[in-house]
Amino acid sequence: MLDISELTVRYGKLTALEKTDIRVDEGEAVFVVGPNGAGKSTLLKTVAGLLRPAGGRIAFEGQSIAGGAPERLCRRGLALVPEGRHIFRTLTVEENLLVGMMIRRDRAAVQDDLEQILGLFPILRERFRGVAGNLSGGEQQQLAIARALLQRPRLLMIDEPSLGLAPLVIDQVYASLKELNATGLTLLVVEQSTARVLDLATRVYVLRGGKVVLSDTAEALASGDAMEEAYFGYAGQADA
Amino acid sequence: MRNFMQVMVDAVALGSLLALVALAIGLVFGVMRLINFAQGDYITIGAYALVVPTASLTPALFIGALPVPLMVAGVLMVVVLLALATERVAFRPLRNSDPATLLISSFAVSYFLQHLVMLLHTGRPKSVGIGQALTTPIEILGLRVPGIQVVTMAVTAALLIALVLFLKRTPMGIQMRAAAENFQMARLLGVPANRVIAVAFVISGLLGGTVSLLLIVQTGTLDIRMGLMPVIFAFFATVIGGMGSLAGAALGGFLVGVASVLLQSYLPEGLRPFRDAFVFGLVIVILLVRPKGLIVIGAARERV
Repeated sequence: MLDISELTVRYGKLTALEKTDIRVDEGEAVFVVGPNGAGKSTLLKTVAGLLRPAGGRIAFEGQSIAGGAPERLCRRGLALVPEGRHIFRTLTVEENLLVGMMIRRDRAAVQDDLEQILGLFPILRERFRGVAGNLSGGEQQQLAIARALLQRPRLLMIDEPSLGLAPLVIDQVYASLKELNATGLTLLVVEQSTARVLDLATRVYVLRGGKVVLSDTAEALASGDAMEEAYFGYAGQADA
Repeated sequence: MRNFMQVMVDAVALGSLLALVALAIGLVFGVMRLINFAQGDYITIGAYALVVPTASLTPALFIGALPVPLMVAGVLMVVVLLALATERVAFRPLRNSDPATLLISSFAVSYFLQHLVMLLHTGRPKSVGIGQALTTPIEILGLRVPGIQVVTMAVTAALLIALVLFLKRTPMGIQMRAAAENFQMARLLGVPANRVIAVAFVISGLLGGTVSLLLIVQTGTLDIRMGLMPVIFAFFATVIGGMGSLAGAALGGFLVGVASVLLQSYLPEGLRPFRDAFVFGLVIVILLVRPKGLIVIGAARERV
């Protein structure tokens, strides 16, 4: 579904990603983990069209999308929930969701989707007319995910869904992600913490210093310390 | 007391006018972090469009010769097209530049437009008589109020309500508010960047054209710098109102206008020539007390 090959992204002279290969198949939940500054956010931002790659290819459903404008890419079925959630604080919950729905042409189905999503995140129904800036961090994360879902993406990318959230709230967020993945939504999730990754992931990439140093199925990684070793750099480049 | 009421009417009328200019600046700033000083030249050119370009000091009317509805539509159209053209040519290519670059670009556009007017109309002030019927005072509750002040307040109120309805109730309005708060996120959700910015410029053009007409009826004078002071005052208004907050911009406009008229009326005779220094001093005091402006964008706090 998403095929990234030899992707290189630079900020001026600084190379954030170097010849990175990442693949996401339909129905998967692929996780990219790595320490601060590994290039995880850069990866998602580049796929979503916020950054221009310096080299390499990004294909989504067989078509090249590298360098496309974000407002066009989201119409093709890509959605990104960026780090820090970026809900519109001065808008109401309803208006936030409306902005998410505006690219849809199928008006009737949108209403059904909205009902379904409010079922998945009941707190948003309670706060529907309230200003989004008054939501708690966890509620904002739910709103950001709900807003992205209303675009009915085929690939949902989430940058650090657990960042800054209380453990109980992370459980909730992960439970809803799991539910969504079970209904067939493909996920590409970036996390700094490896703690919960294996609960949800089908495959995991470990990114360090802009390079993939390990990639394997979640099953294979569950039975050893390979992920931690790659994450902290003990495994070095040999596993890449 | 009657005198005070009379002064208040003046104050509110000027405040309304500045609120319109401040809204135009605030709206464009919201969607592209551009402080558009050329807004003043939109106002100037809207006013000059009323007359035929000649060197004469009492020029023949051009758009100003049309029946009132057509004249209003004509001026608004000229200013809207001008605003769109400057956006397309000067500001769109710099969209991703930092605010300082955009600001300098707006100065360049402003000087260019000012000299364009000078080239076509010469630099000397001209007199033009339009809507003189509106300058005769009418009696309201024992106060003698020039008709144009009533019109200014009514038009401002109507435009404010229309703008609020547009921003709250229409899909484009909601997208514009979203884009004003977080442009990148709005684009990620499919908000069309170019269209939202173009619409913001169209509205700034409509507001600019309205101010052209109100100013020219009030003063009867064309001057290539006629838009400058309103824009500087309106810029301060948006700053004390809280950059990025439209309600703040409108409120700031009112306050600056009201303060300026009150100072003009009640400062000791000898200090009146320094009125603007007092107004700007007031701006500094407000900013010292509330550095983020009067209206800090609601709930702009980090939540965990």
